[in-house]
Amino acid sequence: MLKTLLSGDYPRSRPLTVVLLLMFLCLALGPFLFPGTRAFSTLGMICVFVIVVASYDLMLGYTHIVSFAHTMFFGIGAYGVAMTMDAMGKGFTPIFIGLGASLLVSLLLALLLGLLSLRVKAIFFALVTLAVAFAFLSLVTQLYHITGGEDGLRVRVPRELGPAFKPFDGELRGFSITTFLTGLFTDPGNLGEVWRESVFKARITGRDLMYYITFFVTVGVFLFLLRLVNSPFGRVLQAIRENEFRAQALGYRTVFYRTAVVIISALLATLAGVLFALINRYVNPENTLNFELMVFILLMCVIGGMGTLYGSVVGAVLFLLAQNYLQDVLKWLGGGLEPGSLLAELVGPERWLLWFGLLFVLSVYFFPAGIVGQLRLWAGRSSSRKQGNGDDAMAAGEQESGNKGKDGPVVS
Amino acid sequence: MSAPQDVFDADTGNRSWWEKLRAFRQDKPHLFLLLIMVVIPLFLMPSSTWAVLTLSGLAMGAMLFLMASGMTLTFGLMNVLNLAHGSFISLGAFAGATVLTMWLNDYTSGSLWVNLVAVVPALLFALVVAGLLGVLFERLVIRPVYGDHLKQILVTVGGSIIVMELLQVIWGSNEIPVPRPEALRGALLISDAIPIIGGIALEKYRLLAVILGLGVYALMLWVIDRTRLGILIRAGVENREMVEVHGYRIRLLFLAVFVAGSALAGIGGAMWAMYREIITAHMGEELMISVIVVIILGGLGSVRGCFYGAVLVGLINLYVGYLEPRLAAVATVGLMVAVLMWRPQGLIPVIKV
Repeated sequence: MLKTLLSGDYPRSRPLTVVLLLMFLCLALGPFLFPGTRAFSTLGMICVFVIVVASYDLMLGYTHIVSFAHTMFFGIGAYGVAMTMDAMGKGFTPIFIGLGASLLVSLLLALLLGLLSLRVKAIFFALVTLAVAFAFLSLVTQLYHITGGEDGLRVRVPRELGPAFKPFDGELRGFSITTFLTGLFTDPGNLGEVWRESVFKARITGRDLMYYITFFVTVGVFLFLLRLVNSPFGRVLQAIRENEFRAQALGYRTVFYRTAVVIISALLATLAGVLFALINRYVNPENTLNFELMVFILLMCVIGGMGTLYGSVVGAVLFLLAQNYLQDVLKWLGGGLEPGSLLAELVGPERWLLWFGLLFVLSVYFFPAGIVGQLRLWAGRSSSRKQGNGDDAMAAGEQESGNKGKDGPVVS
Repeated sequence: MSAPQDVFDADTGNRSWWEKLRAFRQDKPHLFLLLIMVVIPLFLMPSSTWAVLTLSGLAMGAMLFLMASGMTLTFGLMNVLNLAHGSFISLGAFAGATVLTMWLNDYTSGSLWVNLVAVVPALLFALVVAGLLGVLFERLVIRPVYGDHLKQILVTVGGSIIVMELLQVIWGSNEIPVPRPEALRGALLISDAIPIIGGIALEKYRLLAVILGLGVYALMLWVIDRTRLGILIRAGVENREMVEVHGYRIRLLFLAVFVAGSALAGIGGAMWAMYREIITAHMGEELMISVIVVIILGGLGSVRGCFYGAVLVGLINLYVGYLEPRLAAVATVGLMVAVLMWRPQGLIPVIKV
């Protein structure tokens, strides 16, 4: 059952399994564990960005295609829904029309970009997508009477997905992990009191409904991607990554596979954009199309681990937590320093990106396989030490590309 | 860098004008495109506007060339794609602006010489600071990832984040106004001097930009075509291993080119700062798009192509900006896509990609 669900691609590292299970539980029970709007929106963003980063990883990690147009597809989805709802009003029909239209637009654009990548080689693709994404951003900003320009658009979701809608009359109990943990450390003698404080009333509204829709779509997309990368199709992608020339010589039309990957990942990014618009209920160029956002996606993908789909989950969770909460930590750290000094500026709350950039560069040098790849490497090493089997260590040590030794490519 | 060969040289007999045109399009695509680009807008706007826009486009192209030439050379010589180039542009802008502000506060006179004395150290300072950062950047960031495009892209994007954040630490994250020297403000009025077009106003600063850009272009061509260093660079672009086999330390050569490229980006940034009169740490990021379009248009690694690409981008930006301001960025990228469809290797290709 589990094997079918995960397509035989297990985390392959005990700490990683624990972390992933924890993350899954936190996301699944999110609204009942973390009270407050900020935590709620962070949870939603994590779900959305898991799709975005996982689909980006399909290109970057599995096929080594660097694209800077991923936010463009994300933005197409978000703006597609926002604009149709702006034009047609509330309701579920506009959502589906917007979804369909934006998927179609993304499909065409991705096909176009894919065709361009046929004519120009891999490194051009990065530059061309960067330029095209920028042109799209400037177009969206300039055509303000339909896109709202810099101000963006409010998305008026149907009542069933809004905060005013109450599906159940009764109240459910939630248990605030954060309150419990802080209580555990500050007041350990008085556990009963802490326990009682942690329990809160969770009202189920349409927003929670929307969150769970997003959550289940995310789980579905993630399992689909796992299936995809472990299918023969995914094997060909990895073959292209390792040696495109050889893959071509084996008779695979690499151009077809590359275009297909670009299209699939664009469509998934569009889907994520639609969910983003519905859960965030506000769309503007800065939160959907900005180049900075693209860099963030790149960071999440690489820090989590390229070529490992689990890495995109770890990367997205880590990065979004940092984005939302690292500023507080830095503020607390910098509190003791005198304001205005260079050191205070360096650890200032606005400079959180500096530290993440540093972490990113260092991780590219020293942990090129990212967090997940590194964990798998260690797990492989320790298990081989137990068995004293040198060959096995090598096979497991080769992080994700360890797959390639398993069976030869199917010659068509 | 090598001039396209004239394939049709043999039969320069009596060909029809159509064949001549096709041969021209084939042999000198950059001039062909430039001609189209300059002629078509002539029908869409009054001729005096056209003249002003053309000169402004040249000025913008000259500044873009300063910024883009370093990146294209780095790629041509060492196959390194430096996406952090934009942060060097920003750094140059901030460094130049700092010197300029300090100096102009002391000497507020409008005399051309005093002002030039302020502009020259500002540009030099931008050059030196960006060059120094270039040395550091090559050592720390780029050296470990030679020969791996994917890692280069990742690492240089990361490096550019770090540099931009550090810029904001030093200069703050707000926009900074940059004073333009008194003598470079205003315009030269040429009344009725030119037939057909009539009187036009040429902005002085743009003239300076054109002169500087052409000067740097000429200098680069001279270095590359006439000097020993240039021979090594050209040879390195053609075949790196061969140069190494001959006993030249190509790493050192590359370091020199990288530093020169960074320094040029710094000057370009400082010029752009004075042109726009306002700078932010993210200006380099925005300019990177134009820079990328320029180097793709010209053909990665080609200095001549980079120059023509920069002029084309500058011209289309201003022409389209005049006709329909909203579409300027789209037109720039559209030009790139169109050229890629026509000639995937760029206008003046030098390397096999």
